[in-house]
Amino acid sequence: MRNFRHLENVATLAYDRDRCVGCGLCATVCPHRIFAMRDGKAEVLDREACMECGACALNCPTSAITVTPGVGCADYIIQTWLPGKRGASCC
Amino acid sequence: MDDLAGYRIEPYVDGFLPTAHARIPRVRTRPTRLDRLGTCRARLGLDRNNYTVNPGLYAIGSPGPEAPVIVTANYKLTFDTVRFALTGRDLWLLVADTRGINIWCAGGKGTFSAGGIAEQVRKTGLERIVSHRRLILPQLGANGVRARDLRKACGFEAVFGPVRAGDLPRYLDNGIDEAMRAVTFSLRERAEVIPVELVLGWKLILTAILVTAVLSLVGPEFSLNAILQRWALAATATGFGLTAGAILFPLLLPALRTRLFSLGGAGLGLALAVLTPAIFPEHSWVATTGAGLWTVSLASWLALNFTGSTPYTSPSGVEKEMRKAIPILAGSTVLAAILFVTANFL
Repeated sequence: MRNFRHLENVATLAYDRDRCVGCGLCATVCPHRIFAMRDGKAEVLDREACMECGACALNCPTSAITVTPGVGCADYIIQTWLPGKRGASCC
Repeated sequence: MDDLAGYRIEPYVDGFLPTAHARIPRVRTRPTRLDRLGTCRARLGLDRNNYTVNPGLYAIGSPGPEAPVIVTANYKLTFDTVRFALTGRDLWLLVADTRGINIWCAGGKGTFSAGGIAEQVRKTGLERIVSHRRLILPQLGANGVRARDLRKACGFEAVFGPVRAGDLPRYLDNGIDEAMRAVTFSLRERAEVIPVELVLGWKLILTAILVTAVLSLVGPEFSLNAILQRWALAATATGFGLTAGAILFPLLLPALRTRLFSLGGAGLGLALAVLTPAIFPEHSWVATTGAGLWTVSLASWLALNFTGSTPYTSPSGVEKEMRKAIPILAGSTVLAAILFVTANFL
């Protein structure tokens, strides 16, 4: 997926190393292989590959990882811009 | 069960497997004509929103109580991909009720969740059918399933298997490896979403053709020939925009020199738009410029829309690009219409 990159410095992914308990679930679930385990802690290898799916944050037992997940369809985003249109559908 | 009044056996079921607890439908692991037809219809977007199988427990081959349990979605394209990948295996397939949505999107929406899977475990009496307490989940479901919640809800441990169903046999034999854990966006995967993009875009296509047909009528000269010529120009420009934005863009995506979808789409649109004056020498440069600008704008918008079909753009990134691109696209579309109509008066 190295050939596929979108904008940089936009993803909401944040990682607090002090809170990591080293369970390794983030490294397991990330479909872009952003995390790896080193010395009993998770390490962020490639933050710019994040597509904000939210799998790591959902499975992190100590909320060491946070990310605002969402749907990346243009149609959906336009619907959220319009007033009174919450819970728009996609996919 | 197969002779109960009013019941009909689904064509993907080829028999029933007796267990101590219940009779479990056994699924075919090779596609039939009906499966292929259904796949084509779903890929074309015809009944994509209602292409489902009933949730519950199915058998593949002749699984025993020790056989692994694989969890999947009740979108039939997903269900088919999983069962066809498992030809010759003996295992259980637990189908969650994702409302006919694929795993990744259902995870994002919350319909593929620990609660939903636990509900199917309870309904099917899975704990009486298998002796182990382990469910193999698709890795892409991890955005909806918190593994520890599943154990709390039904006592089964969640193990994340590979991203792609096609890797399941290798995973079952040898365990996981890095390649199975990463998403891909191959030429084939990009090509598969082209038809549905085109079909779902029919409203946009129809609107474009209607609007340009109306714009062709504006002008001092009302000869049928002149109107038809303008209409042919407008329809060609729309066709070029669709080709560039919805066909060429997905195919050429990794080769484009920009990360901006809108810019990449616009570039491909321009590559086709420059052909317009050569195809329509009878039109003024004002008309062909207007038509070309419309091709570029449409291709750019369709490419921007394609972000929703990729497995790597983040919502934050897409929104940022949209905020910049949409005002420009709106402006260029209006300018295209002005040029096109102005040419009618020249």
